Amino acid sequence: MHKQLKYWTLALLFSLLPLCLQAAELVSKQSFGAENEIVLTFAAAIDKDTAKNTASYKVFEESDPDIILEIKEAVVSQDGLQVSLLFTEPLNMAKAHVVSLRDEDGKELASLLVKKPYIGYLLSILISALLVNNFVFTKYLGLCVFFGTSKRKTTAKGMGVVFTIVMVASAIMSWFFYQFILIPYNLNFLQIVVFIGLVSLTVQAVDTVLRKVNPVLFNSFGVYLVLVIANCVIIAVPLIMASNNYNIIETFMLALGAGGGFLLALYLMSSVRERLDLANIPPTFKGLPIAFIVAGQFAMAFLGFSGLQLF
Amino acid sequence: MQLISRGILSENPIFKLALSMCPAVGISTTVMNGLMLGIAVLFVQVFSSVTISLFKNKIHPRIRIPSYTLTIATWVTVIDLALAAYMPEAYAKMGIFVKLIVAFAIITMRLEMFACKESVKDSFWDGLGMGLGFLVGMMVIGLVRELLGSGTILGYDILGFKPLLFFILPSAGFFVVGLMMAFFNWIEIAYKRAKGLK
Repeated sequence: MHKQLKYWTLALLFSLLPLCLQAAELVSKQSFGAENEIVLTFAAAIDKDTAKNTASYKVFEESDPDIILEIKEAVVSQDGLQVSLLFTEPLNMAKAHVVSLRDEDGKELASLLVKKPYIGYLLSILISALLVNNFVFTKYLGLCVFFGTSKRKTTAKGMGVVFTIVMVASAIMSWFFYQFILIPYNLNFLQIVVFIGLVSLTVQAVDTVLRKVNPVLFNSFGVYLVLVIANCVIIAVPLIMASNNYNIIETFMLALGAGGGFLLALYLMSSVRERLDLANIPPTFKGLPIAFIVAGQFAMAFLGFSGLQLF
Repeated sequence: MQLISRGILSENPIFKLALSMCPAVGISTTVMNGLMLGIAVLFVQVFSSVTISLFKNKIHPRIRIPSYTLTIATWVTVIDLALAAYMPEAYAKMGIFVKLIVAFAIITMRLEMFACKESVKDSFWDGLGMGLGFLVGMMVIGLVRELLGSGTILGYDILGFKPLLFFILPSAGFFVVGLMMAFFNWIEIAYKRAKGLK
């Protein structure tokens, strides 16, 4: 009885073996091409009719297996080694895509995962937080502090730097709290209370440490620390982290991008406002109104970054 | 009464104090959005003012800021969960801004300047006034943007055409707020000038 079972398993294994090998060797390389393209490179020349038929491919995002992406055309290269799948809509390259290959009978020949190099994905989070979804100009967060401290370049730089430091520190701490306390104990509804508490704690800690370690720096940056608490960007980062379920490196990149974006926005704005002081502005527009209109123009300029994909 | 009118007119959080600008720019594309967020802020403002005012003698001055923050965070959590449960559509539109009420400077400022010194009754009216001021401000901006951008008010077609689609675009929020501030300044200057001439 036992022997028989063993034979059966062995037989099964042997019959499966070629399949596995084939799946592993059929496609030697897979990558994203243009914005609506996936390029597959085959190890050996493949039957052109199968390769040309769009029905022989099934592509979906790994996280949404129910949504099958529509393929417009499958272009086979001359030597039959390369197929590029063209999709009707641009792909979301931040996500991993599953491509499964079938022959006419619907038997699966290969199933593979197409994804960008992880470092590229991390950089895309950074760039997105920095430019495409700049927290000030496209998400409209942190405006009180933004308009309050963008009058002089030096203050703007100081504020931006302090901000980035606090943001990175608090985001990483919130990540630990979120992953190891809030999720395991099912305390998700306490998000807001915990995150805001952590942020004020970080600000207090940075204040104390800076005062002891580098009094000179503290004298120039200390005043901005209090302002950091009353800012929505700083609490927005942990909230975004929680809703997107980022891991620690991604959280770090998001915080860095958000802080850098805030620094960039403050610096740009302060440069303009220093010039505005010299300009002849109608009295009704003096001060905040003109600053808002300048910010609106910046926001329109930043719209130009949408759709930017470097990696 | 005086406390309420002060919040709406002479110390309007959005146009006069220039605080809590983020949602005023971000999601004030329609009157409805402004109304919803305004109600949320009103709720948080009134309840945290009352809470702080009730416990004002028990809070040590050195930990007052953290205790304000925690009080606000608690009430924001309440409204956040309530909105998510009862009005999922409106909640989805407002997105992250409901949670961000916790960092609104206006609420902390009222607690620090008013609620921690005055009686519960006065704090309630002050909170109501400030919340209403915010609500009115949001609705006015929403009104301008919705009317000029899509020609509707509260979803009803008023003009029948779309005068300036630009106002619906997100970046127009900055322009509208800037222009309205200039408008209020203009009234003030004109008023002072008229008075000076007399």
